[in-house]
Amino acid sequence: MLQDKDRIFTNLYGYQSWHLDAARARGAWDNTKALLELGPDTIIDRIKASGLRGRGGAGFPTGMKWSFMPKNPTPERPSFLVINADESEPGSCKDREIIRHDPHLLIEGALVAGFAMRARAAYIYIRGEYIREAETLFAAVAEAYAAGLLGKNACGSGYDFDVFVHRGAGAYICGEETAMIESLEGKKGQPRLKPPFPAGAGLYGCPTTVNNVESIAVAPTILRRSPEWFASFGRENNKGTKLFQISGHVEKPCVVEEAMSITFRELIEKHCGGIRGGWDNLLAVIPGGSSVPLVPAAEIMDVPMDFDGLKAVGSGLGTAAVIVMDKSTDIVRAISRLSYFYKHESCGQCTPCREGTGWMWRVMERMRTGDADISEIDTLHQVTKQVEGHTICALGDAAAWPIQGLIKHFRPEMERRINERRSGGLETMQEAAE
Amino acid sequence: MPKLKVDGIEVEVPQGATVLQACEAAGKEIPRFCYHERLSIAGNCRMCLVEVKPGPPKPQASCALPAAEGQEIRTDSAMVKAAREGVMEFLLINHPLDCPICDQGGECDLQDQSVAYGRGSSRYTENKRAVTEKYMGPIIKTVMTRCIQCTRCVRFGEEVAGVEDIGAIYRGENMQITTYLEKAFKSELSGNVADLCPVGALTHKPVAFEYRPWELKRNLSIDVMDAVGTNIRLDSRGRQVMRALPRINEDVNEEWAHDKTRYHVDALVRRRLDRPFVRKDGKLVPATWEEAFDAVAAVAANAGSSVAAIAGDLLDAETMYAAKALVKAFGSDLLEGRQTGMAYDTSSLSAVAFNTTIAALEEADAILLVGTNLRWEAPLVNTRVRKAIKRGAKVFAIGPQVDLTYKVEWLGDDLGLLNSLPENLAQAIDNAKKPALILGPGALKNGHGAALAVAGAFQRAATETDAAWNGFNVVHTAAARMAGLMLGYAQKGGIADIVAAAPKLAFFLGADEVDFAKFAGSFKVYIGHHGDQGAHHADVILPGATYAEKPGTYVNLEGRVQRADRAVFAPGEAREDWTILRALSEKLGRTLPFDSFDELRAAMASEVPALGEEGLAEYAWNPPSLASQASGPVTYPIADFYLTNAICRASPTMQRCSAELLHGEDFAEAAE
Repeated sequence: MLQDKDRIFTNLYGYQSWHLDAARARGAWDNTKALLELGPDTIIDRIKASGLRGRGGAGFPTGMKWSFMPKNPTPERPSFLVINADESEPGSCKDREIIRHDPHLLIEGALVAGFAMRARAAYIYIRGEYIREAETLFAAVAEAYAAGLLGKNACGSGYDFDVFVHRGAGAYICGEETAMIESLEGKKGQPRLKPPFPAGAGLYGCPTTVNNVESIAVAPTILRRSPEWFASFGRENNKGTKLFQISGHVEKPCVVEEAMSITFRELIEKHCGGIRGGWDNLLAVIPGGSSVPLVPAAEIMDVPMDFDGLKAVGSGLGTAAVIVMDKSTDIVRAISRLSYFYKHESCGQCTPCREGTGWMWRVMERMRTGDADISEIDTLHQVTKQVEGHTICALGDAAAWPIQGLIKHFRPEMERRINERRSGGLETMQEAAE
Repeated sequence: MPKLKVDGIEVEVPQGATVLQACEAAGKEIPRFCYHERLSIAGNCRMCLVEVKPGPPKPQASCALPAAEGQEIRTDSAMVKAAREGVMEFLLINHPLDCPICDQGGECDLQDQSVAYGRGSSRYTENKRAVTEKYMGPIIKTVMTRCIQCTRCVRFGEEVAGVEDIGAIYRGENMQITTYLEKAFKSELSGNVADLCPVGALTHKPVAFEYRPWELKRNLSIDVMDAVGTNIRLDSRGRQVMRALPRINEDVNEEWAHDKTRYHVDALVRRRLDRPFVRKDGKLVPATWEEAFDAVAAVAANAGSSVAAIAGDLLDAETMYAAKALVKAFGSDLLEGRQTGMAYDTSSLSAVAFNTTIAALEEADAILLVGTNLRWEAPLVNTRVRKAIKRGAKVFAIGPQVDLTYKVEWLGDDLGLLNSLPENLAQAIDNAKKPALILGPGALKNGHGAALAVAGAFQRAATETDAAWNGFNVVHTAAARMAGLMLGYAQKGGIADIVAAAPKLAFFLGADEVDFAKFAGSFKVYIGHHGDQGAHHADVILPGATYAEKPGTYVNLEGRVQRADRAVFAPGEAREDWTILRALSEKLGRTLPFDSFDELRAAMASEVPALGEEGLAEYAWNPPSLASQASGPVTYPIADFYLTNAICRASPTMQRCSAELLHGEDFAEAAE
C-alpha cells in the first residue's frame, strides 16, 4: 500500500486550501527554476526513465510523446501544449479532484512540460460541466501569473510561457485529442484524420502535444523526487502511482492515489471498505471507465490493476475509473445505458459510429427487455465488429467494447431474458421426458 | 516516387499520392462517397477502406492514407469485403430507400455502390431516422432524410465557392447538413453541390420530378452565358433541353459550371420566336418566310452598300461569318459586336485576350484586378483566383468594392491609380514570379491604354525551369466576343461608327443590348431566338436558333476555339441562323457561296484559319501603343448576374434567382 510520504497529490481531498501559498507549503512551485535549468532534453529523459505512461487512457509513454516535438520551433510556427481536462468518461473523476484541490500541481506541470517540449503556451481545455473547477483553475492561473510564475520570464527562468484555460461546451468527443484541437480553434468538435499527427500539425497547424491532466500534474514531482523513485512503484512497464476512482457497489466509493499494479482485491479492501454485500456478491467490474469491456467477478478479483494486467483479462486500465457492480445490477441495462451515452456523444462525422451507435443502442434496449430474437445477439455482435476499427477516432471502439464484453461474459443472461419474454414472462418449465 | 503493390500489381505513383490513387493507378475501383478529387479529404464515409501492410490489423481509409514505398494493398480480401458491406449497411439503415421517387435515381452513387458492394439485404429492423427539409434557395432542392453526411457540399462551399453558407449542425445520428439559418446558399456556383451530392439529398430544384436520367439524350456543347466557354453537356428529351451539365475540361472549367449555365435551359422553350414577323402599320404581325424575305428585299434593293450587321453576345462564329459575307456582298464592312458602345482598340487581339490562360492563372502569385467583378463576369475564372490565393497569391483590385469571396486589397475605384501604381502594389509585382493583371470590361473603355502601359511589369521571360509568362489578361463577358473580333466585328469607334453611317438596312443577329433609338432611320432585321429588346424594335423578325439548336464554333476569352453540337431542333418555323442568311442572300440576289454547313465552315476557316482548328488560337503579343493616361471611376457593366442576356431574361428560374438572391424577395414555398 502506498505510504503517505509517497503521495504526489497531497491535497486530493481538499482538506487544505488550493491557493498558491498553501500549495507552496505542500511543495508545489518549489524552485521550479531549478527544474527548468535541467534543460528540455534532460527533463524528457527523466520522464522517460520514470516509465510514466499517459494517464488519459491509451497509456502512451509520456516522455516519448514529448520527444516527438520539434527541437527548434520558430516564432512563426510555435509549438503548443494542450492539456486535456475534458474529463467526460463515465466513471472518471480524477482530473476534477486535481483541479479543484491541487490546481497548482497542474499549472506547474504545464510550465515544466511546456518548457520540455519547447512550447510557447499551454491550453487547458476544461470540461464545460466543471463550472466550479473552471473557476478555481482560472483563479489559480491568475495567482501564478501574479506571482511571476507564468508569463514573461516564468519563474525567473528567462522562458516565456503562457497558460490559457478554455472551457468546453459539453461534448464528450472533445476529449479526443484532435477533436479538442478543432474545438479550441473554434470549429465543430470532430476528430481529425491522422496522419498528420498533432505533433506535426496540431493546433492552428502548429506542432502540438495533447496530454492528460494527471500526466502533466505528476511531472514536477517526478523531477523533484527522481525518476527512480517514481519507477519504484508498480510492475515493469506499468510504473508509478495512479489515481484510482472507484465507484459503484463498494462500501465507500473514493478517489485514491495508489501504486500501479495493486491487485483489485487489495484496492477495494484497503480503500473502499470492501464490496457491498461481500465478495460473493460481486457481479462484474468495468475497470477503466465506460469504454473498456467489463470483467466478470471471478476473473477480476486478483488481477493487478495496471495496463498489462487488465489487458490480459480482455479489458484495459483506461483512466482507472473502476465501476463495481454487484449482483443487484441489471447488467444488460447498465451496458445499454452506456450504449445510449455513446450514441448521444458520437460526433456524427464518420459513418460506422454515426449509424452504428444508434443501432447498437436500440438493439440493446430490446435486449434489456428481452424483446428480441436469439439470433439478434449474433447480429449485435457483428454490428459491434463492423464499428470497431472502422472509424476515424476511438469512440467507435469505445462504443463497441462494452457490448462485446457483455456478450462474451453474459450471453446466457441475455438469452434468458429473450426466452422468458417469449414464454410470457414465466420461467420455462422443464418438460418431462415422455 | 513510391512503388507499391495493389492486389499483387506493382504500381509507381507520384510523391504525395494517396493509396486510393495508387489503387486506381492499378486499375482497381475503390468505392467512395466523401472523397472527391477537387475537394479536401474528409475521410468520413469509410467506404474506401482497404487492407494495408505494413500497418495495424484493421482496414484503413485509402483516401486519406499517403502511398508509401513497399506498401502491400489488398482491395479484394475478405476483410475489405466485410468492411465495405458493413459501411454500406450502416449508410442504408437510415437512408429512406425511396429511389422510385428520387430524382437522383439512375445516377446515384449510393444505388450503384450498394449493388456493387452491399450485402443485398438489411438486418435493421428499427425505425429509420427522418430529417426535415432545409431551405437552400431557388436552385437546390433538399430531401435531407436521404443525406449520408459525406460533407462534400460543405467542403465545396468553403473551398471552391468561397461562400461558407453550408455546414453541419448537431452530432451523432442527429447530424444534419443545413445552410446558415436556413437561408439560401448564396453562391453563383450553387448548382454544383447538387452534382456533387452522391445521393438524392441535394437535387436541382428547377427540374424536380421533370425527367429520369435514362430518358435523356446527351449532346456536347459549349456554354454561351459568359465568355469562359464552359464545356457542357446538354441533356434533352424529345425537343426540349432538360438540363445542362458541365463536362470536365481542366483548361477551362475543371468540372464546374455556374448557375446561369445550368439553369437557363428552361428558357429555351419559353418566349421563343417561332415564326417570322413583319411590321405592318407599326405592329408586328405573323408572316410567312416568303413575306418576310420580300419585306427585306424591298429595302435591300434601294440600300446600296448602306448595310450593317450587329452581332449579339451569344452567337457562334459561323453565323457571324455568314452575316459578314452577306454584308460584304453589299460592299459594306459595317460590322460590330460590342453592342453597348465599347470601343477599345482591337488592332492586336493579344491586347484584348486572356493571355495567361485560365488554368495557368492558378500559378499566379500576385494578381491585380482592374475594373472587374470577376465573380459575376467570369465566375469560373474567379475560382481560379481563389486557387491561386490558396497557393499564396496576393490580390489587389481597382474598382468599387464587391465581395469576390476572397481577401482583396482594394486600392480605390479610380483608374488614375494605373498611371502610377501604389508602392506596395508595385513592390508585390516586382517580387512576384508570375504576376497577373486582369482587366475587366468596366475598365476597358478608359483604362485599356494605361493597363497596356504597365503590361510590361507583368511579363516574365522564359527561364530554365519556367516558360515565358504573359500576365496581361482581359475579361470579356460575351461568348461571341473573341470570335467576333477575329472575324472583324469591330469598328474603330465601336457601334457609334455604325450609328454615324446610318445604314439603311441593319441586321441584328441576336443583338438585344443595343440602344435601338439610335437606329430609328434603319430598316431593322432581327435574326434571333427570343422575344426581347431586339424583337421589339425590329421591322422584320426572322426566327433563328439558340446555341443549343445549331452546331457552332465558339472562342472563349483566352482565344480557345471550341465546337458545340446541336442538341435539339429549333421550334416551329425557326431555322438555324446560317440557313436563314443563305436563303435570304439568294432572295436579295447576292447568293452566298456555301450550300452546306461544312462548306460554310471551310470558307470561314480559309479566311480565318484559327477558327478552323479547335484549341488555343495564337495571338502574337504586339500591343498597340495607346494613350497611357487613365482616369475616372470604374463601373461594373453587369448589374444583375442572373439576367444578362435574352435567354436568361426569359427563364423563370433565373428571374426567381435574381428576385430572391439579388433583390431580397421572399418566396413562400407551398407546403407539400
